[in-house]
Amino acid sequence: MLPEYGQFALILALLLAFACASLPLYGVLAGHKGFQQSAKPLTWGMFFFLLVGFAILVHAFMVDDFSVRLVASHSSTLLPWYYKFSATWGNHEGSMLLWILMLAGWAAAVSHYARSLSLDLKAAVLSVMAMIAVAFLLFLLMTSNPFDRILPIQPPDGADLNPLLQDIGLILHPPTLYMGYVGFSVAFAFAIGALITGRFDAAWARWARPWTNVAWAFLTIGIALGSWWAYYELGWGGWWFWDPVENASFMPWLIGTALIHSQAVTEKRNMFKSWTLLLAIMAFSFSLLGTFLVRSGVLTSVHAFAVDPERGVFILMILLATIGGSLLLYAMRASQIRVAGEYQLLSRESFLLFNNILLVVITFMVLLGTLFPLIFDAFGWRKISVGPPYYNLMFNFFMVFLLSLLAVGQLLRWKKHDGANLVSLLKVGIPVAVVAGLVLPLVFGDGFHWQVWLGLALVFWLVAGLIRSIYERVKNSSTPLKSLMRAGGGYWGMWLAHLGVAITTVGVVLVSNYDIERDFRMGPGDSVQMGRYEFQFLGVEPVDGPNYQSDFGYIQVFKNGTAIAMLNPEKRFYHVQRSGMTEAGIQSGFLRDLYASLAEPMEESRQVWAVRLQIKPFVRWIWLGAIFMSIGAVVAVLDKRYFKAARGGQ
Amino acid sequence: MKRWILFVPLMVVAVITGLFAYALLNEVDPRVIPSALEGRTMPAFQLTAVEDRQQFLTEQDLLGEPYIINFWATWCPSCRWEHPYLNSLANDEGVRIIGVNYKDERDLAITWLQDYANPYALDIFDPNGDLGFEMGVTGAPETFFVDSKGVIQHRFQGPIDAALWNNRLKAVYDALD
Amino acid sequence: MRWINKFLILVLMVAGSLVWAGQEARYFDNEQLRDRYNKLIWQLRCPRCENQAIGDSNAPISGDMRDRTYEMLHQGYSDREIIDYMVDRYSEFVLYNPRLTFGTLWLWLAPALALVLGAVVAVLLARRKQRSPSSAAFTKDEKQRLESLLGKDS
Repeated sequence: MLPEYGQFALILALLLAFACASLPLYGVLAGHKGFQQSAKPLTWGMFFFLLVGFAILVHAFMVDDFSVRLVASHSSTLLPWYYKFSATWGNHEGSMLLWILMLAGWAAAVSHYARSLSLDLKAAVLSVMAMIAVAFLLFLLMTSNPFDRILPIQPPDGADLNPLLQDIGLILHPPTLYMGYVGFSVAFAFAIGALITGRFDAAWARWARPWTNVAWAFLTIGIALGSWWAYYELGWGGWWFWDPVENASFMPWLIGTALIHSQAVTEKRNMFKSWTLLLAIMAFSFSLLGTFLVRSGVLTSVHAFAVDPERGVFILMILLATIGGSLLLYAMRASQIRVAGEYQLLSRESFLLFNNILLVVITFMVLLGTLFPLIFDAFGWRKISVGPPYYNLMFNFFMVFLLSLLAVGQLLRWKKHDGANLVSLLKVGIPVAVVAGLVLPLVFGDGFHWQVWLGLALVFWLVAGLIRSIYERVKNSSTPLKSLMRAGGGYWGMWLAHLGVAITTVGVVLVSNYDIERDFRMGPGDSVQMGRYEFQFLGVEPVDGPNYQSDFGYIQVFKNGTAIAMLNPEKRFYHVQRSGMTEAGIQSGFLRDLYASLAEPMEESRQVWAVRLQIKPFVRWIWLGAIFMSIGAVVAVLDKRYFKAARGGQ
Repeated sequence: MKRWILFVPLMVVAVITGLFAYALLNEVDPRVIPSALEGRTMPAFQLTAVEDRQQFLTEQDLLGEPYIINFWATWCPSCRWEHPYLNSLANDEGVRIIGVNYKDERDLAITWLQDYANPYALDIFDPNGDLGFEMGVTGAPETFFVDSKGVIQHRFQGPIDAALWNNRLKAVYDALD
Repeated sequence: MRWINKFLILVLMVAGSLVWAGQEARYFDNEQLRDRYNKLIWQLRCPRCENQAIGDSNAPISGDMRDRTYEMLHQGYSDREIIDYMVDRYSEFVLYNPRLTFGTLWLWLAPALALVLGAVVAVLLARRKQRSPSSAAFTKDEKQRLESLLGKDS
C-alpha cells in the first residue's frame, strides 16, 4: 500500500501547489492581505507532502519493493544499501521528483528567511515558484509516475543500477547540481514578482542576491563534482568533454555568473535594472533548457536519460509556457523602467558590463555549438558534429578577454575611476606576469607552449590584481589588519571567488598542455619509464565485489628508485546488467595525479593487459578552484548587510 | 529605450522552441548517421570466399543485377537474430543477398552457414574489416542496397525483420534497377 | 596489506627475477608523429557511440579508426589527407571540428560578431551617459523606500 500513499502524497502536493500558485497571486492583484498570507502555509504544505512522497520512494528502494516498476528497473537485491539509496535519483522519474522536492524546499526556505520582505512581493515570489511546481508535478504524475506498479506478478529481482552510476560521485553530483538549477528559480521568481508588482527598484535585487549566490555555489560544486566523476569513472582521464549535457549545466552557470555581477550593479547603483531582470529570467530558463535536453533525446550524450518523445513534448510545453510567459511579461513591463545613473568608461559599472557581455557571448557560443547540428538537420543539410576542438578554441579566445579585464575590473571604483591610479599596476603587473608566465614553465615544465605562456601570464596578471586590491584596502590605514577584517563578506567573497578563477585556470592550462598519456602492453613484472616515474605492472588478480567481478590490477610507481604509489586500476564486470566498467587507479597529489586504467586483456589468461598510463599535472587545481569560487559565493552571502536587512523591517 | 528590443529575447526563445518542436515531432534521431557511400559505386576490393581460400572475389563479380550486401559475424547476436529472415528473403522472395563475413574467423563462419543455412549468393570473407572500412561500416549487422550498375542506393544499420522489410526496405529494393 | 605482499611475491616468482620492459602499444618513429596521432584521435568522432572521440571510446570501430590513423601517419599522409579519408567513408559526422563552409562559418563568426556588437554597445552606453547630465542614480523617493524596506545600513 505504501507506494499508493506516496502517489497520493504527490497528488496532495500538486493540489497545494495549485492553490499556492493561484490564491496568493490573486491576493497580490486584488490587494487582498489574507490571500497573500496563505502563501507561506501552502508552500510548507506542498514541501511536506513532497518530502513524504520522496521518503516513500526512498523506502521502496531500500526494501527492494520490486512491485514498483522504477525499483525493479533500477535496483537489485545485490546492490549495497548506499547505492540503493542513490538509485532513487539515478533515473528519470526519481530525479524529477528530487528536482521538484528541492524547488519546494527553496520556496519554503524563502518563506522562512525572508521575514521582512514585503508581504505582496513574498506572496508573488512563492506563487511563481508554486506555478513551476504545478507544471512539473503534472509532468511527473502524467508522464513519468515514479510509483507505477508491476502487478500482479512482481519480478524476483531488479535489473540493477547502471554500473556507471554505482559510485560516490553519482550519489552527490545530481542533488548538488539540481540544488543549483532549481536555486535559480528563486532569483527568477523574484524577478517575476518584481515585474508583477511593478516595483523594479534595487530592493528585489538585494533580496535575490544571497539566493542567487547560494544557488550558484551549489551549481559550481555540482559541475565540479560531475567533472571529477567523469575524470575518474569514465576511465580515460578527461575532465571536460563539451558534451551537450555538460553544456546544459554550463550555460546556466555562465548566465548565473553574469547575474551575480549585474545584481551587484543593480543593488549598489540602481542601474542595469532591466538587464538584471532579464538575466534572472535567463538563468532559470537555461536550467529548464538543461532539464529538457537531458530528458528529451533531442541530442545525443553519454549522460542522457532514456529517451521518450512524449515526455520531451510535455517539457517543451512547460518550457514555452514558463520562459515565453515570463519574457512576454518582461517585454511588456520592462519598458516602464527608467534608465538612471551615469558612469564613465573606466568605472566598475562599465567593466561589470563587459564581464556580462563576455559571459553572455560565451553562453551564446556554447548554445550555438550545442544546437548547430540540430539546426543543420532541421534545414535538411548535412549531419555534422560540433565538439571539443571548436569549443576549446572559442572558449579560450573569449577567456583571454575576460581574464584580462577581470584583473582590472575588481579594482575599479563606481562611476569613475582615476586612470592614473592604475598606471603602477600596468607598469609592474604586466611585465611581471609576462616574464613569470614564461619562466615558470621553462623551469618546471617540459618544453615551451605559447598557450601555457599566455595562460599563466593571465593568471599572474589576475593575481597581481588581487594583491593590488588588498594593497588598496590597507595603504591608507594605520591598522591594516583591522581594515582588512572590516572589508566584509562581500569583498572577501569576491576576492576568494576570483582567486578560485586563477586556481582553476592554472589547472586547466597546465593539465591541457603538460599531461603525458601512453598506452602500453604490459605483463606481470613489466616496467616502463614515463616522465620522472617508473611504472611496474605487478599483475592482475580476480576479486569479487557485491554485484560484480573484477580484474584488480596492481601497478607500483617508483620515483628515483623508491616506491611512491600503488595504483589499482580495475576492469569490472557487472553480473545483472552484463556490462563492463573501467575503474581508474589514481594516486592524486597537489601537483600531479598518476593515473592508470586497464583497457583490455591481450590474451586468454587475462594476465597481459593493454594499460593506459597518464601523468596529469595540476589536475586537482581545476576542482580546487571551483571550491574556492563557491566558498567565495557563500562568504559574500555572510556579509552583515544581508543579516541587518533580514532583521530589520518588521 | 526602444520598446522592440525588449521583445528580442522572446523571439529568440520562439525560434529555439520551434527548432526543438521540429526535432521532437519529426522524431529526429541524432544517432542515425547518413552513409557517405550512398550514391557512389561499390569500392574496389579483392577478398577470398568464405568457403574457399583460393577463390578471389572482386566488386566485378557482383555486377549485373541489383543486390543487397549484408555484413555479418558469428560474434554478433543481432546477426543470429536476423539470419532466419535473410534465409526466407533469399528463398521465398528471391532477393539476391551478398554476405560479407566481417572481422570473424573462417572456421566459425563456415560452421554457422552449415548450421543455420546460407542465404547468400556469394560469401565474401573480410577478416580485418577492410571492405567494411571502405564502406563506412560501423558494426554488424549492416546492409547496403546496390543496383545492377554497382551504385549504392541505401544503407541500413541493424537487424532486418519482416515488419521493417515490408514497411520500408522492400520499396528500396524494388526501386533498384 | 599482507595479502598484497603475498600476491606480489607470488607474481614476482612467476615472473622470475627478470624485469621486462613493457612495450608501448604503438611505436612512433618520432615525437611529432605521436603528437599528431594524439591530436587526430581527439578530433575524430566515433560513429557508433553516444558522443565520444575515437580516442575515448572502447567501440571496435573506434579501434579500427585509430589503427587506420596510425598506419596512414606512418605511410606519410598529412593530417588533412587522413581526415579526408575518414570523411570519405564515414561522412562529415565524424569531424568534431566541422569543415568551413558558408553554413558552418556562422559557428565562429556569429559569436565573434556578438562580441563586437556587445563591446560597441557597452562603450556607447558609457559615452552617452557622460554627455547627458542626469539625476543621481536613486531618486529621493526610491532611496527612502529602499531604506524602509531594507533597514538602513552602509
